[in-house]
Amino acid sequence: MAQQEKGGQRMRLPIGRRDIPLIATAIVLAGVYLFGVLTYEHFASWAVVRNLLVDNAFLGIAAVGATFVIISGGIDLSVGSVMAFAGILIAKLVEHAGVHPLAAILIALMAGVLFGTTQGLLIWVFRLPPFLVTLAGLFFMRGAAFVVHSQSIGVRHEFVATTLNETLSLRLPLGSRGIVLPVTVFILLATFAIAWFVLRHVRFGRTVYALGDDAQASALMGLPVGRATVQVYAVSGFLSALAGVVFMLYQQSGDPASCKGLELDAIAAVVIGGTLLTGGIGSVIGTLLGVLILGLIQTLITFQGDLSSWWTRIVAGVLVLLFLVLQRALDALAVSALNTSEES
Amino acid sequence: MPLQSTMIELSRHIVRTLLGIKWALLALALLLAFNAIFTDNFFEIRFQDGHLYGTLIDILNHGSKVAIVAVGMTLVIATAGVDLSVGAIVAISGAVAASLLVERGAPWYVAIVAALVTSLALGLWNGALVVWLRLQPIVATLILMVAGRGVAQLITDGRIITFEDSHLAWFGNGALFALPVPVTMLALVAGVGALLTRRTALGMFIESVGDNEQASRLAGVPDRAVKLFVYTFCGLCAGIAGIIECSYIKAADANNAGQLLELDAILAVVIGGTSLMGGRFFILGSIVGALLMQALTKTLYMLDVSADIAPAPKAIAVVLVCLLQSPAGRELIARWRSRRRGGSA
Amino acid sequence: MSAPPIEPRLDAPALLKAECMSKRFGPVQALDRVDFELRAGEVHALMGENGAGKSTLIKCLTGVHRPDSGRIYRGGRAIAPASPRQAEREGISTVYQEVNLIPHLSIAENIALGREPTKWGRICWGQVRRRAQSALDRLGLGIDVSRELSSCSIAIQQLVAIARALDVDARVLILDEPTSSLDRSEVARLFDVMQRLRGQGLGILFVTHFLDQVYAISDRISVLRDGRLVGVHAASELPRQELVSLMVGRELDLVEPVRSEVDSTRDAEPVLCARALSRRGSIEHADIQVASGETVGLAGLLGSGRTETARLLFGVEQFERGELLIGGHSVHFRTPRQAIRMGLAMTPENRKDHGIIPSLSVRENIELALRARGRSRLTGAQRRALAERFIRMLNIRTPTPETPVSSLSGGNQQKVLLARWLATEPRVLILDEPTRGIDVAAKAEILREIDELRRQGMAIIFISSELEEVVKACGRVVVLRDRRTVAELTGERITEQSVLHAIAEHHD
Repeated sequence: MAQQEKGGQRMRLPIGRRDIPLIATAIVLAGVYLFGVLTYEHFASWAVVRNLLVDNAFLGIAAVGATFVIISGGIDLSVGSVMAFAGILIAKLVEHAGVHPLAAILIALMAGVLFGTTQGLLIWVFRLPPFLVTLAGLFFMRGAAFVVHSQSIGVRHEFVATTLNETLSLRLPLGSRGIVLPVTVFILLATFAIAWFVLRHVRFGRTVYALGDDAQASALMGLPVGRATVQVYAVSGFLSALAGVVFMLYQQSGDPASCKGLELDAIAAVVIGGTLLTGGIGSVIGTLLGVLILGLIQTLITFQGDLSSWWTRIVAGVLVLLFLVLQRALDALAVSALNTSEES
Repeated sequence: MPLQSTMIELSRHIVRTLLGIKWALLALALLLAFNAIFTDNFFEIRFQDGHLYGTLIDILNHGSKVAIVAVGMTLVIATAGVDLSVGAIVAISGAVAASLLVERGAPWYVAIVAALVTSLALGLWNGALVVWLRLQPIVATLILMVAGRGVAQLITDGRIITFEDSHLAWFGNGALFALPVPVTMLALVAGVGALLTRRTALGMFIESVGDNEQASRLAGVPDRAVKLFVYTFCGLCAGIAGIIECSYIKAADANNAGQLLELDAILAVVIGGTSLMGGRFFILGSIVGALLMQALTKTLYMLDVSADIAPAPKAIAVVLVCLLQSPAGRELIARWRSRRRGGSA
Repeated sequence: MSAPPIEPRLDAPALLKAECMSKRFGPVQALDRVDFELRAGEVHALMGENGAGKSTLIKCLTGVHRPDSGRIYRGGRAIAPASPRQAEREGISTVYQEVNLIPHLSIAENIALGREPTKWGRICWGQVRRRAQSALDRLGLGIDVSRELSSCSIAIQQLVAIARALDVDARVLILDEPTSSLDRSEVARLFDVMQRLRGQGLGILFVTHFLDQVYAISDRISVLRDGRLVGVHAASELPRQELVSLMVGRELDLVEPVRSEVDSTRDAEPVLCARALSRRGSIEHADIQVASGETVGLAGLLGSGRTETARLLFGVEQFERGELLIGGHSVHFRTPRQAIRMGLAMTPENRKDHGIIPSLSVRENIELALRARGRSRLTGAQRRALAERFIRMLNIRTPTPETPVSSLSGGNQQKVLLARWLATEPRVLILDEPTRGIDVAAKAEILREIDELRRQGMAIIFISSELEEVVKACGRVVVLRDRRTVAELTGERITEQSVLHAIAEHHD
């Protein structure tokens, strides 16, 4: 009975146990960058930073969508196909049907939302496993992209070439010759900012976390679980389509065969960013860092010259494994910390 | 007497399997009927130079690769798991065989054994992650899915390695017992799978682990060993499929070998009546599922649908079959039936 | 129903009143014309053994179930809650045994989740924190609300769940077994909070299995048995003995004179001997030994640690302190598989989740443990014969051995489980509630079979919440209370009276 008061002064866990994966991600990023700077002569330039953002803008946006889905405890494998579909749809509408690019982009984004919502409904209403539904979605959208057009279409519309890709870009006086940031980089940054705000400060975002952490408890707490599930896949569909738009702007063309396996890169970036694949824990900031790590590795391989691009995938796989092991270890640590604090 | 009771058991099992895959069989029947009407010579089978030829044989031949992987995948899914890495293993297996043969000048059988041992080890790796690291199967196998194709390219040094070795090419192009070798291999894999799971206690253990893991452990079932086995076996099946694939095109293409194969295999298993929640499994059903997918693909080709577009209708077919098999779907059918009965009464 | 004398300060108006509640599930009358009344400023304990109807009553009050008949009044006004949310709007909040919160969100957010105050769509975190802080202050809990929930002990999490329940202006708080996973000091803290809330005029409906706790905190006690209300008493006027007998429902006239032939082979070397087993959060102290040819009963109320003891013995969970000897060898099983290899067998309490493999056939379910042990090299025909032998021997009613076990009745499923273990010819057989949810005839059959096994020399540990069965079947009874062994009765000393006494006995 002398222990009555012990609950109040129970030992606190080390602050920010949940931040450890994020810190680890940041350290890896800094380490990779430092390695590049020390190894290669021109690595520490603004041009490298610019290219990092430009070359990975579409991956970053897709990864934000994946972050939403994975935090909610699901998975979306249809990302790459939806991107290809959006790209070829816009190219076809603009070049062959004479639709204004802005209207075409809007249509592609709406198609993405519609497709994502359908996937969400199949998952929620019929309780089909997310990976199965989105796997079928991957098939479906890839086929649909080829239905739109079976070959790559170059987008030469003046609006895309000048207004979107030149007028809206920003010249910064950084480095010796200055750098130009195209509109895609701003779309990327805006996507991250908005996603961060929604996940952090909006009820829907908090519901996404709750859903992924404990779906049953969420339902018992009266949260709109079904609506949130459908919305999450709608968001992912939208962001996949947006990533497709950005990819189209980047390549100045639409290609139904593009972006194969991109969903794996997106998922890898999310996991490396410290988001738990089982749901409930994670952040888009981590995802941004994860995307940058993957991008930097790609850059390093380009700088090295004699290494091939497939090393990116291997390193990504190894990093994913390391982060999964790290999370397991942290969980085990947390459990034993809680136990010892209860025993003392 | 023992023979008689074995026969009874076997027929009972077949009846149960047929009931489990009634939707897939129905779809297959519809597809064949469609082709019987609209496609010329669909059912024609010719015998020439010790080979059988014909559209149906084609379907069997090209469906074998997916079907072999589906056999392994069936056992994994029966334990309530899944293996997303089979496509990557197919690529690695082909890469190992071809590079040993061409770059190292190894004899064909060494190349094949090395490829199979590699796939076996990769399967074991998946199982180890599931059992010891306690990762969810999707997550555990995702790692190899991400990294595997890169590894395959590492082995082939990013090139497509072509070969002319007639022994290795035989596995994809030759004939055995008048049937294409892949079909014979399928029969072999399915036979081994059936023997292992029906003649020993293993099949029962797999089902019980997938059906009720807690109760199985309480009954003393070695659940970890069972899981290690199914992932290893699945890896081996993928390895065999990898050899067939690279043998068929006489080349190892690390980038495209086994592309999207995991999807085809999982879908074949689901269509075949095995629930993704684990439990009862139907190896024969999965094979029918794989052949159904192949028949659908073939039909689409015959309708002049391009190979690029074919995935779309396949996806729709798969979602429909899954909806029919889902609890909500079954309820819907039951309600519709009872309403119709009520209406006619 | 005439209420017995009540403490004066409880002459408060009824906050919540239910009249003549009935509810039937298929053939089972779960509630049979039950009246219930909860007053402002009282802690009202709802007691009863498994299947007495406690949870059904709670579910009817909170809108999870619709009662077949009966009326519910909230502050004198008739209500008919159709969902927990509606009940919440009427001021009735429930906190369940398992904490239903989100582990990786902060305490503050868990209290506010789904009803956070927002401005232009943005959640006002300052307000969320302030409200959570004041809600916890109300419970006398000085804790940082920005802490992650999972970093808190279960006890704190339980209190956070209570805070969330009160955040909607609850007047009636239902606590469904909130203490089952708390240790002593944590229970004390929960009671502090309950007292505080009682002082604020809330009515608290409290369900627990721990007698000490009931007497420590409750003002009144309602006892349910077999779906019927068997008494409402002021806690101060209901002796423990009487409470226990109300709950268990002695029907002494049914009990035959104590067994003549069940003799305890005390002098025999024990096959299984457990000394001072303990595991945190499950068992504090368990002593038990059993010799071959002997049936030892484990008696105690629900939650007293009977099942937990069985799980420790069988290696489902590992004991942290103490010693377990099997045939004289000290063992420490890490898995049931190891226990099985040493000749142990256990039919679990939860037949559905831990026992049967539903999609496997009756034959396969019987074969499972034997084949899993891996020593037998039986042919298919031999195995079929084995299954058929047990089906005949235990009189398992199944159309064929190949029928899926899930289509059998509860009693026959239990017999299948028994057959599964008998096929392994174990030295020690642990039976956890082998007769629960089984009709009378099947019950008698199973009990007869158990005694036959004992006669053949098996060592049996028998767990049942039905005292009558324990007394009839066992040559020795080990009594558990609050997760400790508190008494051991042998031979002639085993009567329902004496077991009841040992269960209810009170130490300070």
